Amino acid sequence: MKHRKPVLDRRQVVAEILKRRGDALVVAGLGAPCWDITAAGDNPLNFCTWGGMGGAAMIGLGMALAQPRRRVLVITGDGEILMGLGSLATVGVQQPRNLAVIVMDNEHYGETGMQVTHTRLGVDLAGMAKAAGFRAAGTVYSQAQLAAWIPRLHRQRGPVFAAIKVTTETAPLVLPIREGPALKQRFREALLGARAFE
Amino acid sequence: MTTQSEKADNMKIATPERKNRSPVTSHPSRSSPSWPDQLHRVLTDQRMRQVAYVPDSGHARLIELVRADRQMRAIPLTTEEEGVALAVGAWLGGERSVLLLQSSGVGNCINMLGMIQECRVPLLMLVTMRGEWGEFNPWQVPMAQATAPSLAAMGVVVQTADRAEEVVEIVAAAGRLAFNTCRAVAVLIGQRVVGAKQFK
Repeated sequence: MKHRKPVLDRRQVVAEILKRRGDALVVAGLGAPCWDITAAGDNPLNFCTWGGMGGAAMIGLGMALAQPRRRVLVITGDGEILMGLGSLATVGVQQPRNLAVIVMDNEHYGETGMQVTHTRLGVDLAGMAKAAGFRAAGTVYSQAQLAAWIPRLHRQRGPVFAAIKVTTETAPLVLPIREGPALKQRFREALLGARAFE
Repeated sequence: MTTQSEKADNMKIATPERKNRSPVTSHPSRSSPSWPDQLHRVLTDQRMRQVAYVPDSGHARLIELVRADRQMRAIPLTTEEEGVALAVGAWLGGERSVLLLQSSGVGNCINMLGMIQECRVPLLMLVTMRGEWGEFNPWQVPMAQATAPSLAAMGVVVQTADRAEEVVEIVAAAGRLAFNTCRAVAVLIGQRVVGAKQFK
């Protein structure tokens, strides 16, 4: 299959998705997805990981099961999801209605020297998600496709999966809080109120 | 060696218990429930809602009980570190989770446990041991020997239950320690308790 060169800008894509987040809970995979969601506006209901590579979708699953009335968006990278492909199967088995997994797929390991990932070499993440039992899964290449997918990411019955093809253009670093307990406690207090301290 | 010996349905569990009841196939007697039945009660009492697992025969009865319990969500995993990440999401969302695994799966969790330590997320791991007591399979031994040291190296509090009658008390205490003090606690349930798989 001929390679189709990504054209979308990751910062713009993430900003457009999060503009309509409402009260959604957002988990970001380590690296650029964290800078992207922070650039779109810091929010206590963002949980940015600085490690635990391969775990973002599972964090999203635990959260979605615990909070079935809130939308949970996992925004992560292609390298990160490739490290936890089994989690697609685990999500598929659980069928969380409120979970969307969104991969900002630049087909490269952007934090470690821009080596190509498997997605540049033909691996179809959306196809894998679909086969794992996601109710909707697709690859987004164009602005028009993105416009059609954004409402699905926020509202369609999950689990929903989108691999959004973005360029390798790096944007300025916008760093979230680094300290784990601060990130955790800020998130829990915003979500659970006084229960966060029980 | 016979080809029959490789059939899963011919593999039996030998237990050191006097009655020679297998924890896998046994059901609670009228007089005293088995330790897995009592563990299920502990998980209920401690409000564990998400029970993640990679199967082990030592956990078979508990998994059966969890799957039948409408108050708990049974979450089969493809690999154990998924359960570590799940625990982070569950806790952020206000629910408690527990991870059931066998000792070989501890090795799969190591890097993900860094997130638990850094974020001070409570995590209860119930680890059934393989490769330490009357083991037949030599490939199980290296990870068995490394289980406690590697957990300790990742900041997990390690407690050991080597007798059936102490499992429940130790798990109940470990659950309180994990969730009262926001840290990872692993209970290693000895192979002496769960029994060694017999390849015949």
